[in-house]
This record gives sequence, C-alpha cells and structure tokens, in this order.
Amino acid sequence: MAHAAVHDDHHDHHHAPQGFLARWVYATNHKDIGTLYLVFALLMFFVGGSMAMIIRAELFQPGMQLVEPEFFNEMTTMHALIMIFGAVMPAFVGLGNWMIPLQVGAPDMALPRMNNLSFWILPFAFTLLLSTLFMPGAGPQGGWTLYPPLSMQGGHSTAFVIFAIHLMGISSIMGANNIIATILNMRAPGLDLLKMPIFVWSWLITAFLLIAVMPVLAGAVTMLLTDKYFGTSFFNAAGGGDPVMFQHIFWFFGHPEVYIMILPAFGIVSEIIPTFSRKPLFGYQAMIYAIASIAFLSFIVWAHHMFTVGMPLGGELYFMYATMLIAVPTGVKVFNWVTTMWEGSMTFETPMLFALAFVILFTIGGFSGLMLAIVPADFQYHDTYFVVAHFHYVLVTGAVFAIMAGAYYWLPKWCGNMYSERWGKIHFWSSTISVNVLFFPQHFLGLAGMPRRIPDYNVAFADFNMISSIGGFWFGASQLIFVGVIIHAVYSSKKRATAEVWEGARGLEWTVPSPAPHHTFSTPPIIDDSKLAHGNVTH
Amino acid sequence: MTAVGIPRIRRALAASALMVSAALASASAWANPEPWQLNMTPGVTQTSADVHYLHMVMLWICVVIGILVFGFMFVAMFRFRKSKGAVPATWSHSTKLEAAWTIIPVLILIGSAWPATKVLVAMADTTESEMTIKITGYQWKWRYEYVDYFGKSTGVNFVSSLEAQSNRTRQLRSGLDPAAVKVGDYPSYLLDVDKPLVLPVGVKVRFVITADDVIHAWWVPALGWKQDAIPGMINSTWTKIEQPGVYRGQCAELCGKDHGFMPIVVRAVSKPEFEQWLAGQAPAPAATAAATIAPTTAPQG
Repeated sequence: MAHAAVHDDHHDHHHAPQGFLARWVYATNHKDIGTLYLVFALLMFFVGGSMAMIIRAELFQPGMQLVEPEFFNEMTTMHALIMIFGAVMPAFVGLGNWMIPLQVGAPDMALPRMNNLSFWILPFAFTLLLSTLFMPGAGPQGGWTLYPPLSMQGGHSTAFVIFAIHLMGISSIMGANNIIATILNMRAPGLDLLKMPIFVWSWLITAFLLIAVMPVLAGAVTMLLTDKYFGTSFFNAAGGGDPVMFQHIFWFFGHPEVYIMILPAFGIVSEIIPTFSRKPLFGYQAMIYAIASIAFLSFIVWAHHMFTVGMPLGGELYFMYATMLIAVPTGVKVFNWVTTMWEGSMTFETPMLFALAFVILFTIGGFSGLMLAIVPADFQYHDTYFVVAHFHYVLVTGAVFAIMAGAYYWLPKWCGNMYSERWGKIHFWSSTISVNVLFFPQHFLGLAGMPRRIPDYNVAFADFNMISSIGGFWFGASQLIFVGVIIHAVYSSKKRATAEVWEGARGLEWTVPSPAPHHTFSTPPIIDDSKLAHGNVTH
Repeated sequence: MTAVGIPRIRRALAASALMVSAALASASAWANPEPWQLNMTPGVTQTSADVHYLHMVMLWICVVIGILVFGFMFVAMFRFRKSKGAVPATWSHSTKLEAAWTIIPVLILIGSAWPATKVLVAMADTTESEMTIKITGYQWKWRYEYVDYFGKSTGVNFVSSLEAQSNRTRQLRSGLDPAAVKVGDYPSYLLDVDKPLVLPVGVKVRFVITADDVIHAWWVPALGWKQDAIPGMINSTWTKIEQPGVYRGQCAELCGKDHGFMPIVVRAVSKPEFEQWLAGQAPAPAATAAATIAPTTAPQG
C-alpha cells in the first residue's frame, strides 16, 4: 500500500541523511549505527592487537629486551580491556544492529535515538581508557580483572579506568534494552518467536545476560573507587573487608560476560552452516534450549575462576560439578552443527570456512575448558599459559572467527558488492594456520609450568614462546588482508550482489535488495513460512 | 666376614645405589621445566601423581571425542560437497539423537567427576601433619617460617628472593645471557633463589599461607598444587614429598611489576639431613623478624 507523501517530515525518508554530521553523528538508522559499531570494533581490534604484538615481541626470547615490566603489565591489562569491551562486544552489537531488524522484518530498532547514544559513548570511553596510558602514575597494570589490593596500588589512572568501564556498561545496558524491546515488540506479524533466526534468539538471550550482569560490574568497580578515594574497606582486610569478595563479585559478572561474548557467535554460525550446506539447521528447538541452558548455567559457575583462593571443600566441589555441566548443552550445539552438515550439499566460500574453523577450534577451546573444570587438575593449570591458551581459543578462533564469518556472510548485503573470494580465502587460511601456531604451543607452556602475566621466563620455555610469537606476528599481519578485502568490496569491487547473495540462504534479510536500502520494512513484510529458515514449526 | 660374603654385599649395595640414583635422576629430570616439554609430569608427591592421572584421563576423553566429532566433520566435508553432486537431505530434527547426545555426555561427566572428587577430598585433609611452615608473600619475595617441627617450635624464619645472577640478567637490556645462569647442569634463570625452602622427605608438611601486601600465589608444579597467598587471610594446605631433590616454582598471581621475578625453590632432603640443617639454622630473633626488608632492586652501576 503506497503512502502519500502527506506526512513526510522535514526530509525525504528514502535516502540516507546528507552530510557527515547528519548521517553519522546524529545517526538513528540501525544500518548506519551497525556500521559505526563495526568500524569502531575493527579499529579497536587493531589497537588491542598492537598491544598483543608488543607482548609477543617481549616474550619472543628470554631476557628483557624491549619494555620494562610495568609497561608490560600495562599492555596485558589494556590488551584484554580493549579486546573484550572495544572489539568483540561492539562487533556483536554492530552485527545485531544491522541484522536483527532485517531478520525480524522491523523498520528499525525500538529506540533509535538511544541506539545513537549507545554507540557514541564508546569512542569517548575508549579515548579515556587509552589516555590512562599517558597519565602520570602510569596506566592500569593489575590485569583486566582489577583484583584488589593490587589494583589499588595504581595512580589516578585507576579512577579513569573505572569511569571508562561505567561508560561502556551504560552503553551495553542501553543497547541490550533496545534489542529486547525490538525483538519482543517489533517482529513482523506472523514471525513467531519459534520461527525467528537463531542469530536473533542468541541476541535475545545475550541481551538479558547483559542487563543482569553489567550492573554487577558497575557495583564492583564502584567499590574499588570508594575503597581508593572515599575511605571504605570493602576489599581491604585491615579495615575489616575481604579481597576475595571482589573476586566473587567480579566473576559473577565475568562468567556471564564470557557467554555474552560467545552466544551471538553461536547464532552467527547457526545461520551460516545451514546456508552453505543447503540444508536446514538440525535441531532448531534443541539449539534454542541449549543457548538458554548455557545462559542460565553461566550464572552459577563463577567461582571456577577462583579455585585456588581457598574456598571450602563443598564450594569447590559444587562449582566443579556445575562447570562440568556446561559442557552438555555446548556439546549438543556442536553435534547439531555437524549433523546439519551431514547429508548436506556443501560449498566452502569464505563465511563457511570461518564457520567450520569456528566449530573445530572453539571445540578445542571447550576441551581445555573441560579440563580446567576439574579442580585438582586446575590447581596445576590456574594462572598458567594453559588458561591463556584456553580463552584465546574460545575468544579468537571462537568469537572473532564467528564475527569475521558474519562479516563475510553479510557484507554483500550491506554494500551491494561481492568481496574478493580469492583474498577472503587467503585471509582465512593465513589466519587459521597462524592462530594455531600462536596459541597451540601455549598449552604446552602452561603444562610445563609457565605462569601467566610474566614478561620474562626460564630458558626451558624459550622454544615454544618463540614459535608462539612468530604465530602472533603472522596472525596480526594477516588481519591487514581483512581490511583490504573490506575496502575493496565496499569501494572497488565490480561484482554486484543479488538480493539472495548465497544460494541456500533463507530469511527476511535476503528478500531486500543488496545493498539494503537505507529504510527497509517501513511496511511490515507478509511472512511466507516457506521462505524462512525456520518457518516449519514442527521441527 | 667371609670372603664369599663381601662381593654379595657389594653387589647389593651397588644395586640399591643404582635404584636410588635412578629414582633421583627420574625425579629431578622431570620435576622442573625442560625445553620442548609438552605435558605435565607426575611430580614427586601422591597428590601430584593423582592430579597427573586426572589430567591424563580428561585429556584422553577429550582426544577421543575430538577424533569422533572432527572425524564426522571431515567425512562430511569430503562426501557431501555440492561439487561432487551431493543432493541435500531435508530432515532436520531427531528427538532420539538429542536425548542420546545429552545423556551420554552426562554419564561421561559423572564418571570423571567421581575420581576428581576423591582426589580433592584427599587434598583438603591437612590433619595429622607433622610440621608446619608459614609462607608469606611479599612484593616481590617469599618469607618462610618453620613454625613447628614434630611439635617443637623452631624459630627459623627467613626471606627467599630471586638469586643475584638472575636478577642482574633480567634487567632491561642487560646484555647478559639467560642461558648462562645455571645451577650445575640445570639452566636456572628466574627459577633459583638465595635461600631455598628446605623440607624433609616422607613427612606430612602443613603450610599456612598468607601475604603482606597484595595477592600472590605459591606454586611448585612438582608438588602438584598451588594456593593463593591473600593479605588478611590464611589458607592452609599440605604436602608429603616422596623423592629427595630440588623443585622449582614461581609466583602464580599477578602481584605487580616483579611478579615474574619471585621464584620458589624447595630442597627436599632425607629426614636426618633435614634435622641437621634445621639445627644449623640460627633462630631469627623477634626484632629481626619484624624489621623492614630491603626490596629486590636493580644493582647500581
């Protein structure tokens, strides 16, 4: 039904706003805000990645060659804060912003102006965070986990780190609210919850996790602030407080946080594998139950990050059992992905390559996670490079690979052009081989006895450290290929993308043209169940 | 002694000396990190052996599951390619399969949780120990106090810091070669101290662990555990070392700039040798124990 232009507002809605300020600074369009988040995340990925390069350069050989230990600790602290809060989380929010309205047939997010604020807080927060490296008294050196009393020994940079974390938390909470409101209220008529794409489900559940735990982080860091400046003793034993309480509060946030960083990845992979297998996702409802179970369990396992603090035996046993349990729904997801592939008709374009590498390598990270759950064994693994290997497998070959898979998958929809498949594959293979050279030897280092967060080490650890560093430099360099592929696709590629882009792709986002018009689904689409990925509710 | 008896006794002595040195060699050969080391070692206590066993069980379970899962994936990637003319099936759910691959993993987990529980319960039992050592973590060194030995307080109390050659070598751009720092044959860079913790073999030692400033963690892999040293808290744990030898470890909780430079060395000796050593230690007078300790700083010039 055509609208007369009668109640068109001050400008033509069919095109993007003209002018940099109007379009980007005052953005309210979910596609533009999605783009802002993704570009910001990519920039932060390189900033955090440069810090990793400094770390691996110092660890290339035994002895201290490049940086003082204090600066090394600043690098490890900042690398984690930037990657977690500046790269991975904003990237998932960017993918969510771009794709959720398209996938549910909504014209935009529920609260477009709040969406703008959610994004624009981030450049300010990260400028503040990075500026602490240049403050007198030096930047944060106590690890991204900020354990007191060590984190209390910093200078005034501590206050600014806390302020930056508050800002990022506010951004996330507002974004999560927006996502829930959009998914629950703005789906096109006929798009029932149990017909939604898994990516939308994964974001719905992740949004609830964010709302539940970001305030807890805010509380924890506020207590650090008041301990430092306002005479409280929450975490100061001499004043009657308890340093371990900080760890409990932090990890009550921190464990759901790592699931916040992986559930959307599960969603992305659950979109990509069926498309390139030309076969529906196996076990759609089981997959949703699995995501929900993982989210629920994520709240009751936090102390597995603290097995060596001296908890009572009963506590340690409980957290061991609960942590081991998470392997069950996670395993269900892996089995369902493999069964989706089975008797499919597969092609291996770059998104599929990244998705398959995700399944294999994330599973390896899951295996080391299961080993870490065993408390007596964890006494040997805790705070060693075995843990570093574990979380980098689940975060880099897990979350980051899924983000790259999603970027390759949806880029033709965003910009209207096909990226270079040849260079995408080169990026994939270079990244996959180098990331394993980088992180697999770290398992051996941890098992051999190398602690984490140390700038120098005994010569017994030299060989694998050198190999790991070579992998690191190679992996870092490989990401330049990714930037090249994206720039070429957006600005130079002559291969136009169709609306469907990928044979076998199903879902509302593939019914709009490529590039997606600035405004889509201004009128809700008529839902044809047979065109959805999960339109058949009996499965 | 008859002429026949002496050769027999000599042979017996030689055989037992061989066994002891073989045991010693195997203990010290893998009790400390070695180049290209791939795996945790069984260590020198019952605890460390139990932990190593649990580690290997979990590792093998993961390897088998990995081979199965990745195996199916690679077969699928080979057989079900569009380029080979594969036609996709349309089925997309099976409640039976979901139930099977939920229940079987639960059973595997219960099966692995049981031995893990037994080991943890044993590790938690600090009763019937025969001596107590108090460990205090400082930025950036350890203090060891021999609180009591078989019921008698000893007054032995000293600080254990990174030894001097390692400390000189680790300075930024020192130009000194880490590989040149050795104790005998063992390259001991950053794994050697000026005064090691000496302990008797075959005696159940209880540790009470705390810290003076920030959180540290005391870890000797050969003993099979680590424990956080937390200011304002006292953690207790225990060990019983089965093999004499020198066992090296490191602080395992970020504690500031020199977190990587406060190692731990345990020298385990026979009970008589330990008692001899203990008797030779001057008990620290109360005043010295309370005095400030000079931090480990860069040498001047």
